[in-house]
Amino acid sequence: MAAKGDIIIDIERCKGCQVCLDACPKDVLEMSRKVNAKGYQYTVKVNSDCTGCANCAIVCPDAVISVYRVK
Amino acid sequence: MAEQSIISPENLVYKKTDVMTDRELHYCPGCGHGTAHRMLAEAIDELGIQSETIGVAPVGCSVLAYYYLNVDMQEAAHGRAPAVATGIKRVFPEKYVFTYQGDGDLAAIGTAETIHACNRGENILIVFINNGIYGMTGGQMAPTTLPGMKSSTCPMGRDVLTMGNPLKITELVAQLPGTYYVTRQSVHTPGNARKAKRAMKKALEYQKENKGACLVEVVSNCPSGWKMNPVDSNKWMEENMFPFYQLGDIKVPGKGLVSDGKNGS
Repeated sequence: MAAKGDIIIDIERCKGCQVCLDACPKDVLEMSRKVNAKGYQYTVKVNSDCTGCANCAIVCPDAVISVYRVK
Repeated sequence: MAEQSIISPENLVYKKTDVMTDRELHYCPGCGHGTAHRMLAEAIDELGIQSETIGVAPVGCSVLAYYYLNVDMQEAAHGRAPAVATGIKRVFPEKYVFTYQGDGDLAAIGTAETIHACNRGENILIVFINNGIYGMTGGQMAPTTLPGMKSSTCPMGRDVLTMGNPLKITELVAQLPGTYYVTRQSVHTPGNARKAKRAMKKALEYQKENKGACLVEVVSNCPSGWKMNPVDSNKWMEENMFPFYQLGDIKVPGKGLVSDGKNGS
């Protein structure tokens, strides 16, 4: 099935709290092995199962995720 | 369908609301303040009242809320936000006025202001972030600290015989005739965050009808103060905070008190 959704993560604002990982129903997100300029590991998208449900973006305390969904 | 085509302006379903500024939040990783700010900002955005809203920032971790919320903001002395909001609302009765306070601010030094503003039935929204600790100053015991909960000033856990009982100020103000809508929410999961936003939106709508004081408590985590990682702190909050601070409406318009807060204490 083609991907229905996609996200853009502002990695420089991410603080690596990992709250979004639990919120994602499709296990699309994982932590990076690299760190950003602040020294935090950041969230990365690792597969194309995203449905664009926006759960990750809603729980992100720092609002780093923008969500797109094919309508 | 190629992935590139999904990311286009017409497919955008969620991004940070314009009622939040672009400034980076100073909060610790995983802190519920960021989400609570955003849910309040989204409620303001959805009602289209950004230019008519005035917020009052407290003292505590959220002291810099005026940097992040893109509405008119006023800083208040420690605990005095409901008193300042009273003045603002009386001078500008057509504006939407809210305070955003933590538990040390609202339930300790500001107890008198909170109770009297609620009892007078001021038409303001009080957003109360309860994490059971003084987060900003180093995790000291707050009035809302749970029995047995460890903090930097009660390292063996809160002993109710010598340190007193936790204060359920939300249930307390719900008893007052001046309050119209009192509820307790959380923002640690997508569902809870959406509910918290709906509660704040409802409270702002009631303010337009001049119904009295509304209080929305948000039970939140404090990963740094609790000495846990953010995910564990959310789990700890579910297991320990929620049985004591039960989520849900406490006072609902038309029905009165729907919860006495005695369950689970």
